[in-house]
Amino acid sequence: MPAELETVERVRRIDVDQYRYGFETIIESDKAPKGLSEDIVRFISDKKDEPEWMLEWRLEAYRRWLTMQEPTWARVDYPKIDYQDVYYYSAPKQKKALASLDEVDPEILKTYEKLGIPLREQEVLAGVVRDEGETDGEAPRRVAVDAVFDSVSVATTFQAELKKAGVIFMPISHALREHPDLVKKYLGTVVPTSDNFFATLNSAVFSDGSFVYVPPGVRCPMELSTYFRINERNTGQFERTLIIADKGSYVSYLEGCTAPQRDENQLHAAVVELIALDDAEIKYSTVQNWYPGNSEGKGGVYNFVTKRGDCRGKNSKISWTQVETGSAITWKYPSCILRGDNSRGEFYSIAISNGYQQVDSGTKMIHLGKNTTSRIISKGIAAGKSQNTYRGLVSAHRKATGARNFTACDSLLIGDKCGAHTVPYVEAKNSSALFEHEATTSKISEDVLFYCVQRGLTQEEAVGLVVNGFVRDVLQQLPMEFAVEAQKLISISLEGSVG
Amino acid sequence: MNLALVKPTMDGAASDVFAIARDRLPGKGPVAEVRQAAFEDFAQKGLPHRRVEEWKYTDLRVLLREVAPLAAPPDQAVLDRAKKTLASLDVNGAHRLVLVDGAFAPQLSDTTSEAGVAVQTLRAMLENADVAARADLLRTNVASDAMISLNSAMATDGAVIDVTENAAPGKPIHIVHVATQSKAAAFTRSLVKVANGARVTLIESFVGADGAAGYQAHDSVVLWAGDGADVQHIRLVEDARDAANIATAIVTLGERTQYRAFNLTSGGAVCRYQAFLRFGGQNAHADVNGVSLLNGRQHADNTLVLDHAVPNCTSNEVFRAVVDDQAHSVFQGRINVHPDAQKTDARMMTRALLLSDEAEADNKPELEIFADDVQCGHGATTGALDDSLLFYLRARGLPEKEAQALLIQAFVGEAMESIADETLRDVAIATAERWLAARG
Amino acid sequence: MSALLEVRNLQVRVEEREILHGLSLTVNKGEVHAIMGPNGSGKSTLSHVIAGKPGYEVTGGEILFKGEDLLEMSPDERAAKGVFLAFQYPVEIPGVATMTFLRTALNAQRKARGESEYSTPDFLKKVRAVAASLNIPQEMLRRGVNVGFSGGEKKRNEVLQMALFEPSLCILDEMDSGLDIDALRIAADGVNALRSSERAMVVITHYQRLLNYIVPDFVHVMSKGRVVKSGGKELALELEESGYAQFEDQAA
Repeated sequence: MPAELETVERVRRIDVDQYRYGFETIIESDKAPKGLSEDIVRFISDKKDEPEWMLEWRLEAYRRWLTMQEPTWARVDYPKIDYQDVYYYSAPKQKKALASLDEVDPEILKTYEKLGIPLREQEVLAGVVRDEGETDGEAPRRVAVDAVFDSVSVATTFQAELKKAGVIFMPISHALREHPDLVKKYLGTVVPTSDNFFATLNSAVFSDGSFVYVPPGVRCPMELSTYFRINERNTGQFERTLIIADKGSYVSYLEGCTAPQRDENQLHAAVVELIALDDAEIKYSTVQNWYPGNSEGKGGVYNFVTKRGDCRGKNSKISWTQVETGSAITWKYPSCILRGDNSRGEFYSIAISNGYQQVDSGTKMIHLGKNTTSRIISKGIAAGKSQNTYRGLVSAHRKATGARNFTACDSLLIGDKCGAHTVPYVEAKNSSALFEHEATTSKISEDVLFYCVQRGLTQEEAVGLVVNGFVRDVLQQLPMEFAVEAQKLISISLEGSVG
Repeated sequence: MNLALVKPTMDGAASDVFAIARDRLPGKGPVAEVRQAAFEDFAQKGLPHRRVEEWKYTDLRVLLREVAPLAAPPDQAVLDRAKKTLASLDVNGAHRLVLVDGAFAPQLSDTTSEAGVAVQTLRAMLENADVAARADLLRTNVASDAMISLNSAMATDGAVIDVTENAAPGKPIHIVHVATQSKAAAFTRSLVKVANGARVTLIESFVGADGAAGYQAHDSVVLWAGDGADVQHIRLVEDARDAANIATAIVTLGERTQYRAFNLTSGGAVCRYQAFLRFGGQNAHADVNGVSLLNGRQHADNTLVLDHAVPNCTSNEVFRAVVDDQAHSVFQGRINVHPDAQKTDARMMTRALLLSDEAEADNKPELEIFADDVQCGHGATTGALDDSLLFYLRARGLPEKEAQALLIQAFVGEAMESIADETLRDVAIATAERWLAARG
Repeated sequence: MSALLEVRNLQVRVEEREILHGLSLTVNKGEVHAIMGPNGSGKSTLSHVIAGKPGYEVTGGEILFKGEDLLEMSPDERAAKGVFLAFQYPVEIPGVATMTFLRTALNAQRKARGESEYSTPDFLKKVRAVAASLNIPQEMLRRGVNVGFSGGEKKRNEVLQMALFEPSLCILDEMDSGLDIDALRIAADGVNALRSSERAMVVITHYQRLLNYIVPDFVHVMSKGRVVKSGGKELALELEESGYAQFEDQAA
């Protein structure tokens, strides 16, 4: 079969140097000394001018972390990380607090311009990350952006307008100063400091991230988004995001990430906590495009992320959507604790791996309340020499009567040097729980490809067509601007994977 | 989860089990060395517990607590009790081999020779210094597992069966394990070699004699099925309601081999059946099916690992669990498709029916796929009986229990239907009917 | 002589919502009653409550069947007493062969009534005869109950059971839904063959069409949980002309 041979050939030549966001920004930065100790934790807390209780919280996490071991159960393989060889704090140098966006280092502004992330509100008004012709004729939607550059937030847009609606959207470091009570009330209540190795590390050293509070009954007037960028060499990024949707409120939040192309591995260990109170809804979308490493598997981001949502109130809903195309290693399980009666959790995922990427991702749906429902749609695509694992848990507690789950996880293999794995745990402790799980693994049918090619598509277009059909259910869950970007990203990620 | 302290070694009691039994274990020299090494492996691991991924849902440190001492060799009184038990267990026309408390009982077994079938006992082979490879009888090629190691260390007897090339014995071979002693453990290993082109049915039954309580049956079966062989393998676990049954099957298939397995668990307090099946030749097919019927506080675990190591093989797994009262069903199924095992077609469907609010079912159907031109899928469902079906039946005049029984029978029927041999299918169906009748 | 079915001032709730607000209906042996009404008027609820489907809470009124309190009986007891509901959407029961199901149900009913069970040859003879009259092939009887049956086949299977079980009250819930004219005619012929002076029928339907095939003695119009008008078969034709709108106002 010549087509297959060609595929193999292309896979061999696959070059992830097509990574578009691999440039580096040369700026002066303010760094903590390399390595981790109580002093570094104090240094970070001091830099952020944090209240005393926060320092204690971090130190407790740090001491706990010293007793913990890195988890090994995931299907990912990487050389041992030397946690003393990482910078835990790095911030672009600045002399004083910024009064306006004009004072942001022009190099940083340029960086975000190059990434296509609008930090100037008027640009946003003119239209966001528009695809030519794609959104013509529609009023542009507005997106408020919090830009996190290495360890600090460099700009947050639309703060004034959001404030009018009562929505708090700011870097968590600011929130700790301006809304300490809110932060203290919710921080660590979904992902406790002792949760797991990486989350505990994050609790000790997190430097920035976004804080969102939507007051009761408020529908957040615009999409909120955070854009993460790792720039500095040997620097870990440990952001922490906390989103609270108070009773009857709604918020949609987007997250994007990129990093420069570097030979060494960069560590990223984030924690995201979502809390939805009675009748509230949070929609959280991620397009993860950290540097995946080069064609030999050198470099790339180690992405160890703990994301968890707590449907704390009745009738609350949390929906995770993720498009994972980047990172050398992805270790990520955005989960929902369905505590409130009638609450609902959703997980929609596209995970694409190519080159030497390793993905171990999935979700947990923990049904605790009555009549709770959840839905999991996972689409894994493995190409090149990558390994792509779905790992998920659905469980119904004894008291979670009427719990319902539907899970479909499908994997697509492109080429014969990659692996696709499915590891679901389905645990029912109650007879009125109804769980349905299905999974399939297959390759793109040669017949379908031939049919498309016979109708005039190139092999690559045909694969693109099939892949887009395969991931369609999930793409539809993304806010429109992101969906367009994500679709482009998917085709870039798979470039060179087919003949 | 990282802070857990895992007890690395066994306490004194378990070591004693081996030390006390050692002199009674057949085989000297190389055999004793294999036993020693196997026991050290077990002692180092200890009883499997929930932090051992493969035993996540069956924590033997909680469920079994300890390994019971080796059962005494059967005397005449014991054999008489065993004989009474056998009366209710006759599978029409089968060639019966009986192991009582872990010792082959020739008095109770069918010793007539049959064309194409040679039967020896494991004990005799282990003790026979002329058998050069006798120590290999206690070795396995399966990834390290504490309970396999324990079985290798302690195995006292079993059937060693050779089915010659192209033989097609008219009778099924029926290995019956009878336990008579309370709070004692039997350790058995049987080895079955089905040569190329042979056709055979193997049945295994596990039962307890009247009055036998709290015993442990530790068994393993190592089965090779050659090219073009056709093997039917039926297991019926009907142990006493407070007994434990920890069993392993290690199956290797040749080219064009047909292997059809069915495991029915209705007895025992704690049952674990782990089957490791490896496709060693192309164009082979395996059906690995099972039904668990559980109530009271029964715990039954079916763990199946299928290795598609070569191209062009197909497998199908159908598993059903009916779980009542506070019982707990576990199904773990892993399908490994090795690199280059192209054109593999592997399916797995597991369904659990929960009849009580305190029943529990855990399913872990895994796919590990390293080849691209494959069709693999699994499905898992858990739920109660469908109310609309129940109402339909009751509106047609069926009392509640009868309506439930009909739906339960239909639920397990799909898996039962896969038993090709009609007599054996009837045996399985009769077991299900007894279980349903006992539900009242 | 008491009525076969006597529904008195029936009030029914589903969860927190009252669906029937004091419905009364009397059906005597030999009569065919049609109950018509728009969607959501409570027609199907009435049929479900008579058959004893769980999930409905009777908050007031009573239902007497042959003078006995029907609400005190379990669904299977009602079936054995002679209540038969032909379902709007008959369920599929995979793994239970139709033949097995028929025999099990028939014998359960006979046993409950203290009658002897049918012998297998007698049973088979009976089923075959009825199946032939309804144009039901033997092959269908070997399949799982309703599994893979077309809409028409499912309804014919309901009629087959009706013929086999010989109930004294047949409730036909939206028998025409999902059927084309030919399928409807076959099913209706089957039903008509079962009309007798010893048996009553309650035909629930949204459309008058069905009543061209199964001609009722009485027609009741339901709206918003009550019977708002009763009359002879001409009432159905009247409805066909004027629609349900007039009654919705009355009930409000």
